[in-house]
Order: sequence, then C-alpha cells, then structure tokens
Amino acid sequence: MSVLVDISHRLGGFAIEARFESAGRLTALFGPSGSGKTTLINMIAGLIRPDKGRIEVDGRVLVDTAAGIFVPKHKRRIGMVFQDARLFPHMSVASNLRYGRWFTPPAERYADLDAVVDLLGIGPLMNRRPAKLSGGEKQRVAIGRALLASPSLLLMDEPLASLDEARKAEILPYIERLRDETKIPIVYVSHSVAEVARLASDVVMLAQGNVIAGGPTEAVMQRLDLLPAEERGEGGAVLDTRVLRHDETFGMTVLGSAAGEIRVPRLAMTTGARVRIRIRARDVMIATEKPTGLSALNILPGTITAISPGEGPAVEVGIDCNGATVLARITEQSRHTLKLHLGGKVFAVVKTVSFDRANTGAGLPAEADG
Amino acid sequence: MNWLLDLTPDEWNAVRLSIKVATVAMLASLPPGILIALLLARGQFWGKTLLNGLVHLPLILPPVVTGYLLLLTFGRRGPAGAFLAEHFGIVFSFRWTGAALACGVMGFPLMVRAIRLSIEAVDRRMEAAAGTLGANPLWVFATITLPLILPGLIAGAILAFAKAMGEFGATITFVSNIPNETQTLPSAIYTFTQVPGGDEGALRLTLISIVISMAALVASEVLARRVGRRMDIE
Repeated sequence: MSVLVDISHRLGGFAIEARFESAGRLTALFGPSGSGKTTLINMIAGLIRPDKGRIEVDGRVLVDTAAGIFVPKHKRRIGMVFQDARLFPHMSVASNLRYGRWFTPPAERYADLDAVVDLLGIGPLMNRRPAKLSGGEKQRVAIGRALLASPSLLLMDEPLASLDEARKAEILPYIERLRDETKIPIVYVSHSVAEVARLASDVVMLAQGNVIAGGPTEAVMQRLDLLPAEERGEGGAVLDTRVLRHDETFGMTVLGSAAGEIRVPRLAMTTGARVRIRIRARDVMIATEKPTGLSALNILPGTITAISPGEGPAVEVGIDCNGATVLARITEQSRHTLKLHLGGKVFAVVKTVSFDRANTGAGLPAEADG
Repeated sequence: MNWLLDLTPDEWNAVRLSIKVATVAMLASLPPGILIALLLARGQFWGKTLLNGLVHLPLILPPVVTGYLLLLTFGRRGPAGAFLAEHFGIVFSFRWTGAALACGVMGFPLMVRAIRLSIEAVDRRMEAAAGTLGANPLWVFATITLPLILPGLIAGAILAFAKAMGEFGATITFVSNIPNETQTLPSAIYTFTQVPGGDEGALRLTLISIVISMAALVASEVLARRVGRRMDIE
C-alpha cells in the first residue's frame, strides 16, 4: 500500500509544490496552518483538482494531468474524515453510518457494521440525530461513516483540531485502534506535534507549500529546527518502548527501551504492550556524572552526537543512549559551564511526572504484514 | 350558518375547479421550479441574468399582459399551442388546463425564489462529504440536497398554491370565464359582483376562499415544523 503525490498548484498568491511517497500505516502531513496540508489531502480525496501533477494510491492513478486523468471523488473509494465531521443532519447516526455502503459494490464491501460500531464505541448513539451528539461523538461517528464505505485509504483532516483537550484524549485511543486493528492505511493532517508523535508511523513535514522533510516518525521528529515556532516547545525524541512491569506501590509503570528503563506514571496497559513516548526536549536535563540525591527517576547514560543552536539562549543537544536518541534543550550557559562537546559521555535526566496522556500512547505494532 | 354551506351546483364546481387548478399548477411547476432554482443558485452561465429576469416577469407584468402573452403563445393558433395540440393532443385555450397553466406561470417566480433561497442555504460541504462516500452527483442531489431543501420546497409549493387560488387577471384573459370549465373562485366572485343580487353568493365564495387559503397556510406550517423537527437543525 502506498500513496504517491507529486503536484504543483496555485491558489491565488499561494503556490504548492509538493512531492512525497509513503507506504506507512499512518502517514502524517504535518506543518503549520497555511502550509498546504489540507489542500494536499483535498487533492487526494478529489475535492480539489491540481493544476499539474500526479496522484497514485496503491498503483492506481487518480490524477495525471499530463494524461488528462482525473478520477471523480465518488469513484476514488477514499474515505475522508473532516475537521467539522459533516454528519448529515437529516439522518440518524445509523443512517449516516450506512450511507457509504449503498454506493459500495458488494464485492468490495469489507467493512462490517458491528465491528466498526464496536471499534469506535458508538453503539449507544445509533438512533440519535447528529445535532444531539457531542463534538467527540460526532467525530467518532464520522470516522465510522468513512470506514463503512470500505475505502482503500482513509484521509483525516485535523479530526481533533476543533475539540477540547478532554475530547481529544477521548478520541486518540480510537484512532490508535484504527491504526493498529484495521488494514486501511491512513493519511492524517495535523499541526500538532503531540498528535503526530503519538499516532504517525511516517511523517511528511510541510512548510509554505513545500515538503521539507519526510520519513519515519522517530527520525523526522528529531529535527526540532523544522518544527513550527509555536510547536517547538512540544518537540522531542519519540521512542518506541514496551511495558516491562508495573510498580503498584508508587503507581508507576516501567518501560523498557533501547536507552534503558524509563519510569512513567501508571499506564492502563498490559505487560509487554507497546508504548510510544515522546520525551520533550525541554523536560530533559543533562548531567556530566551520574547524579545522586536527585528526585528525577530516569537517568539514561549516553554520548553526545549533536549540538545545534536553538531559539534564543537555548541549544539543542542530541544524546545517543545505546541506539536511541534523546534530545535535550538546555541553555548555552549550561553547555559552556558543563563543557559539553560532541562525543562527551553524559546522563540524560527525565522526571517521571513529565509524562502525561499527551505524550504517552499505544505503540505501533511491528511491521509484520507490511 | 346554513346559507353559507348551501352552495349551488355552479358554486361547488367553482370551488372544486379552483382546488384542482391550483393543485395541478403547483405540482406541475415543482420539477421545472427546482431545475430553474438550481440553475440560478449554482449555475455559472451566460444569460443567467436574462433567465432570472424572465422568471420574474410574471411578477412585475400586469396579469392581463401575461394572460394575453399566454393566449398568443398557447392559444389554438399560437406556435406552442398549435404544436402541443397537434402532437400531444394537449389543448390549453378555454380549458381548465389553460387556467392551470396561467396560475402556474403566475406562481412560478414565487416558487423559484423560495426554492432558490433554500438551495443557497445548503451547506455544500455536506455534498462534498457525500461524494467522498461514493455517491455520484445525482445521488448526492437526491439524498442530501433534496432533503435539506425540503422546507424551502414546501414553502415554495404553498406560495404557488395560494397564488393560484387567487389568480384572476391572467386566467380570465387567457381562458375566459366559462362555468364548469375555467370559472375558478375569483372569476365566480367577480361574476357575482356583476349581477344584481349576487352579494350573498360573492360573500359565500369569499369566505370559502379565505378558509381554503388559511388551511393551506396552516398545513404548510405543520409540514415545515415536522420536517424541521426531523432534521433537528438548531
């Protein structure tokens, strides 16, 4: 399964010139507002016709302006979840869910109503009208509606952007299940580091209509310098870990990672479960010798592999901890005082309480079936 | 009260004919009304202003002029009238069908206006969403657009019906005032006022006219409220 987009398009004074290819489970189109990501996803859905270029999904050519090909949206079999849900107000939740099914050829119907309703936890809503749903419920129904059209690709356009933090936290696990339990590849538009780091297997980073980086999430998210200014504080290393054990006495969970054991607040996950964590660079301290008499529980030994200037008085330090890179944002003064240099042996220190629901989520399953 | 319901056969015929003419005029103008409203609301074509003007013409012309134009075009010798009579056997002149045509034409601008407004109020993003779910444009119209404009359709239809119930000038010019054939309620009332001692009959028909129009209005309110509740649009 792969998505290929190679287009150039002009919208008033704004030019988009983007090319990317991804075969990930969940590819995030990530960038600040106005970077062109929604335009790109609308082009994949067939809602916008690009001036020039080519779009392919799984080898099927949807757009090829040179050959005069433009498959209309209703023939693309690409599901779309809009930021504003767009449930049909004159239909019940159940009718909304069944809508796409009518138009799917029987041979291509793979989505099962009961399974989808169960996956998204929308059973109790079936007889309600969209106007009577909360924002989070609307979005879950919208996801279900798109899934039940049995699409070959699912597009999500900032599905959480119009929700408050509590509603976001309510929906994120469902999107994780969608990513891990269904086989539909997802292209997910977002401007939030927290969402992308938690959900994406691959990231395409956009700025001013151009692709500025692309690849696996762990690698792309290392590039703190590419993050939009307002999201920089959220930037940090993304690590895939497993639950080793729970510490019931102190209400903690011990995660195993390449960098060593990491203690986080108690997670409702079973031992062995995959967990993806994001360690914000600003939450990481650096010590040149193993600290004692310190409250922080996570002390990871490593080697400095990168030092780059950050914003203002900050520098960003990359620390290789046994193969896993941890990023730290410290002041230039500290770097100077500690005489940090490339190749230096240091300890990255992270407080357990710096982990919360926003930067701890279910990890992606291993790439077994591609 | 007895004198009110004690209608002569001719008066009953006028009542029945009026309802028939108004109903047919309303139903027959719905499909072209929707089509023209769609064109005006969404179309981008040369001559749109002209079409808009043409549709509104019956609203601004004196009804007698509209009736005379209908007589010229749809009369026995008129180009459209002769063609329809010859090929389809449809005759308008001096028939109740002609009255329905005149009423339909007079109510058309009102109907189109109401439908057009409701089409312009439709959230087109809903239609885009339906498209991504596999519905082709025709299905999108049938399952999304049409249900969403239903309140506007009802309002437009009732306006056209009410207009048809009251239409006088164009009808009498086009198809005259023949009892049992083209004599609708307004024509019958007019006839009563032209003969000595016709006051009682004129008053009876006037009251009936009021009752029918009010009933239509109430029915449309109830219908619209039902549709609105079904949709739960806040």
